[in-house]
Amino acid sequence: MMEFSNWDIIKNLLIAARWTVGLSLIAFLCGGFVGALLLVLRLSKIRGMDRFVSLYVQLFQGTPLLMQLFLSYFGLALIGIETTALQSATLALTLFTSAFITDIWRGCVIAIPKGQWEAAQSLAMSFGEQLRYVILPQAVRIAIPPTVGFSVQVVKGTALASIIGFVELTKAGGMISNATYQPFLVFSVVAAIYFVLCFPLSLYAKMLERKIHAQRR
Amino acid sequence: MGVELDFLAVLKEWPLLLRGLVWTAGLTAVATVIGMAVGITCAWVRSSGPLWARAVVGAYVEVIRNTPFIIQLFFIFFGLPSLGVKMSPDVASLLAMVLNLGAYATEIIRAGIEATPKGQIEAAVSLALNRVQVFTRVVLPPALKKVWPAMVSQIIIVMLGSAVCGQVSTEELSYAANLIQSRTFRAFEAFIIATVLYLGLAIAIRSLLNWAGARFLFGR
Repeated sequence: MMEFSNWDIIKNLLIAARWTVGLSLIAFLCGGFVGALLLVLRLSKIRGMDRFVSLYVQLFQGTPLLMQLFLSYFGLALIGIETTALQSATLALTLFTSAFITDIWRGCVIAIPKGQWEAAQSLAMSFGEQLRYVILPQAVRIAIPPTVGFSVQVVKGTALASIIGFVELTKAGGMISNATYQPFLVFSVVAAIYFVLCFPLSLYAKMLERKIHAQRR
Repeated sequence: MGVELDFLAVLKEWPLLLRGLVWTAGLTAVATVIGMAVGITCAWVRSSGPLWARAVVGAYVEVIRNTPFIIQLFFIFFGLPSLGVKMSPDVASLLAMVLNLGAYATEIIRAGIEATPKGQIEAAVSLALNRVQVFTRVVLPPALKKVWPAMVSQIIIVMLGSAVCGQVSTEELSYAANLIQSRTFRAFEAFIIATVLYLGLAIAIRSLLNWAGARFLFGR
């Protein structure tokens, strides 16, 4: 049997952690893109869109991420698409992330005083121009702290991709702990790596929030 | 290509689903009660306890909030036995849920406590209430009232997160769905039905807690 030194354990976990970071970035970028799309749809006042998006949000915020992962894993197979664990995880995490992000960003747009919309309208700007030149520049500023804060949830959410067999930090931790019989050490290190990834984001979000509130006073 | 969905095969196993649903709801209920107690205690320590205790609570909150629930669960279920602390899957799941909810509840309730106007506390003190009375009668009820919506959302997040507990063979709803799919080979249908049940449970919990909070916790 192969012997694992403590350093081997840590090294292998760090290698696997790259996939946690990678999957987080993929989920965050795709989720942000879809979330922005949904937000624009919702603001566009196209009939039925508001209902649709709020249903979408309720659906993905009201069901476990684990179930979403299973459904994307088995559902895609069912309609005959051969998928890897990475693709299923990407799909599920994108849907999950977009549902939260679109809601967060909507809150930020709503926080912009109505007079801004009306002023933009009275300058004969189109809907696109109103968003592009008046609303979004202001909304983005207040959207950054909660978005950074939510990114922590995305990083933690990627841990569930381990259950459908995607080898990232959590899955690697399970495998290594099975091979070494040192679950206490392994899961301590895994937790520490997650903490190192997430804590700076949490702190940064808190700092940004304080900054914005300071400006308002 | 045609896709045939057979929900009946899954629905025939309804006793399993019902059992799973009851387990999920039960775990959530117990975790909510204990987790809230942990949260209130820790929030009190954090806002008016001794310095070292504040640091301990702060570390607890940050460690829990910055690591995934599944790792907390695995650490408790797989990691702790090597220190001689062995638990059944159910106890491990419950402990993980309590610790998780407790940390978030601490932060949420603390925000409510800090929003209490200083004059109210001074008024209470001048009426000769002692520290405990000031906290439980003057500070806590309006604080809970203020943060109750956030609290309810967090409880639902913990309930949804408990789907992971099936991974250590706690027999909750996602475990039941897994069992059914391995019996019937109807994976997609089994998970669809479980997902719908989770959604229903989330909606039910939200309306129950919104009602119960106003009725019992800070009511009138």
